Amino acid sequence: MRRPTDDSILTRGLLIAITIGFIGIFLLLPLLTVFTSALANGLQAALDALRDPDAISAIKLTLIVAAIAVPLNLVFGVCAAWLVSKYDFRGKSLLISLIDLPFSVSPVVSGLIYVLMFGLQGWLGPWLRDHDIRIIFALPGIVLATIFVTFPFIARELIPLMTDQGRDEEEAAVTLGASGLQTFLRVTLPNIKWALLYGVLLCNARAMGEFGAVSVVSGHIRGLTNTMPLHVEVLYNDYQYVGAFAVASLLALLALVTLTFKSLLEWRYADEIAATHRH
Amino acid sequence: MRSAAISSPFARLRNPSVLPGFGLTLGFTLFYLSAIVLIPLTALLLKPWTLGWSGFIAAITEPRVLAALKLSFGGAAIAAVVNAVFGLIVAWTLVRYRFPGKRLVDALVDLPFALPTAVAGIALSALYASNGWLGGPLSLLNIKIAFTPIGVIFALIFIGLPFVVRTLQPVIADMSAEAEEAAATLGATRFQTLRRVVLPALAPALVTGTGLAFARAVGEYGSVIFIAGNLPMKSEIAPLLIIIKLQQYDYEGAAAIGLVMLAASFVIILALNLFQSLLAARR
Amino acid sequence: MKKIHALIAAIVLAASSAQAADVTLLNVSYDPTRELYKNVNAAFAAEWKAKTGDNVTINQSHNGSGSQARAVIDGLDADVVTLALAYDIDAIAQKAQLLPANWQKRLPDNSTPYTSTIVFLVRKGNPWKIKDWPDLVKPGIHVITPNPKTSGGARWAYLAAWAYAEKKPGGSKEAAQKFVHEIYAHVPVLDTGARGATTNFAQRGIGDVLLSWENEARLAVQEEPGKFDIVYPSNSILAEPPVSIVDKNVDRHRTRKVAEAYLQFLYSKKGQEIEAHNFYRPRDPAILAAHAKDFPKITLYTIDDVFGGWTKAQATHFADGGVFDQIYKPSK
Repeated sequence: MRRPTDDSILTRGLLIAITIGFIGIFLLLPLLTVFTSALANGLQAALDALRDPDAISAIKLTLIVAAIAVPLNLVFGVCAAWLVSKYDFRGKSLLISLIDLPFSVSPVVSGLIYVLMFGLQGWLGPWLRDHDIRIIFALPGIVLATIFVTFPFIARELIPLMTDQGRDEEEAAVTLGASGLQTFLRVTLPNIKWALLYGVLLCNARAMGEFGAVSVVSGHIRGLTNTMPLHVEVLYNDYQYVGAFAVASLLALLALVTLTFKSLLEWRYADEIAATHRH
Repeated sequence: MRSAAISSPFARLRNPSVLPGFGLTLGFTLFYLSAIVLIPLTALLLKPWTLGWSGFIAAITEPRVLAALKLSFGGAAIAAVVNAVFGLIVAWTLVRYRFPGKRLVDALVDLPFALPTAVAGIALSALYASNGWLGGPLSLLNIKIAFTPIGVIFALIFIGLPFVVRTLQPVIADMSAEAEEAAATLGATRFQTLRRVVLPALAPALVTGTGLAFARAVGEYGSVIFIAGNLPMKSEIAPLLIIIKLQQYDYEGAAAIGLVMLAASFVIILALNLFQSLLAARR
Repeated sequence: MKKIHALIAAIVLAASSAQAADVTLLNVSYDPTRELYKNVNAAFAAEWKAKTGDNVTINQSHNGSGSQARAVIDGLDADVVTLALAYDIDAIAQKAQLLPANWQKRLPDNSTPYTSTIVFLVRKGNPWKIKDWPDLVKPGIHVITPNPKTSGGARWAYLAAWAYAEKKPGGSKEAAQKFVHEIYAHVPVLDTGARGATTNFAQRGIGDVLLSWENEARLAVQEEPGKFDIVYPSNSILAEPPVSIVDKNVDRHRTRKVAEAYLQFLYSKKGQEIEAHNFYRPRDPAILAAHAKDFPKITLYTIDDVFGGWTKAQATHFADGGVFDQIYKPSK
């Protein structure tokens, strides 16, 4: 029997069709294009492109950058979420907005600001050069730009959840004599672990995939400061379309692994997640 | 639910909670925020003023700059509206209905978050160029997408979609069926129920998600640049104009455009967050 | 005591010279030279090793010429720059004072060891029968060229079109401006760089004719045989992509000697031969003659003759509000 809150079969079918059609055209097709282009000359050609020394150094650089940027943003995200969700203070909306800001700053601008700061014509550039410290056109600049772009990802994931959960449990624990750290580890962390993990996954995927901002500060030195997305561009511009899409596929695969992992978690721990969410 | 006292505007920064760590977390958050975001952004904030006020105005009111800003903001607005409509349908379908492949569709929604923008751009232009899978059939109908402003909008729809869907999904899931049932029992048609009961309940989340999608799309570069025709006055987006200004060593002009875009994004996000906290306080 | 000092000095000296045996250079270049410098670097490293016993590694950075110049100005540690046009290296000299203003006088031939020009790349069989510049503005033709504001090659292409219209019988500056105007009305996509434009033309099937560097066109034909033809217009421009060491950087890195030798190598018989193989026109008349069939002789105007040098051309044509900007005035 149909409940009054159910939509008619017709509406239902229509909406499902729109959903699948929209997602299919806007999301699935571009993704398939990447993979089919990579395999245009067979699997071997794609694998060869990944074994190229420049490709390997790009993969390494990307991993190093993510390995620095993600943990830093993790610490910050937890810290900021705790601050925003557990205390009331003036200017909270402003603070949240500032944390959100990098979401909407054009990647080009994100790179530009570090050039204005650390570039030879910038504020600190001449001093850095005299002391032989390299920031932009080297690893630190790439890391900084990546941190900037992925800055809100983990905090954004945690803030609404922790705000919803309130602070009663934590306050109870503290009243019962637990230290702050114990409270966080034993009470808060179990409640937020899924959101935290998901935030880390997204942050990591974005950190590895950032193009615009990194492009401005990288210097494009082959085998040294080219990350994977930049290497995609290099190959694409070198008439090596298969190679370009092969490296792009690796990045797309990373995205897919992220999404699969997330879906698996949701599926496997659906009850637990629902429980923490509706807390 | 939430003990959010509405603080008087003149109340001092204070810590009303027994929980420890206010000083530590506030200190670290502010330090990290300043080091990574605020101080570097100050560099952008100060740069254009070497032009002076009139120079700044002149730099951003140049016809070509205005056209680019119009495209970036207009394109982002259209994409956000499209995403609002379809994002609502997608979110509703994913929460309320069961169908084969639902898990796959749900997972795919996050793709634009995770897929590198440059890869998305290359894939979109390959897809919509006149020899691409979709561009080919469409060009027979005399519809051109790649290398036109429509191409820009398509890329912006791509990157903005998850913001709307992911903001709406938990709200739809949390929405109790009681109000809907009551309305139905009182004789409202399904359409009336949706319009009078469901839509108002979803409105705040819809506004927030659309706003985020818009703010993100305004500054987008990597995925747009490959599919836009980049013709001045026609299909040239503002971030590209920043790059072009930089190429001419016009750091001030570049920073001026960047500043306008930054200010707009910030105002949108701040408005959304104020709107949220207002709703939370009223609840 | 003195002996010990001498010993230490000797060890330090030995250590430092042992260190110097591994030298690294950074060559900051523009987009189309990727293949060229891959070959040049290997050959130079072998020669330097044979001559001095030192290992030299040359790192390459490629991007649009203008953004490369800006990167060097902003602190990219280039030992040598090999860019698309003199204006970009002038900018490094002016804005960052990393090299003297007269840099272009330090090496032969305006510091350009090889030259190139602008040609037309058309689809196989030349379906639109494009033979010369006026054919580009026939109704229905789509011309592909990148944005002159961001691409060095596009600036040469613009200037080549202008030079044709100004120098042809009955030509004038006004006629040239009108002609260039018309060409850009036939341009459906302005890419930011030469390689992006080539990709749009070759891979995406956009447009009927690509205004291209000669070496780029030759490479496209080589990469995808049977798809394109090259058309040489009746005249074009002598494109001179110059090279220079970046004085302040090589002095800081103590790499002046090897950097100078590297640039000299570009003028050597071996270097010129490699350049010819990569479709750049070598300066050495003997080697050019040996490759004459690769480089058809057409009239080539120079930028000094027609435009009075780069600084002037840049200010008149490509600066904000210049002639190029007027093409895209809002149509009201």
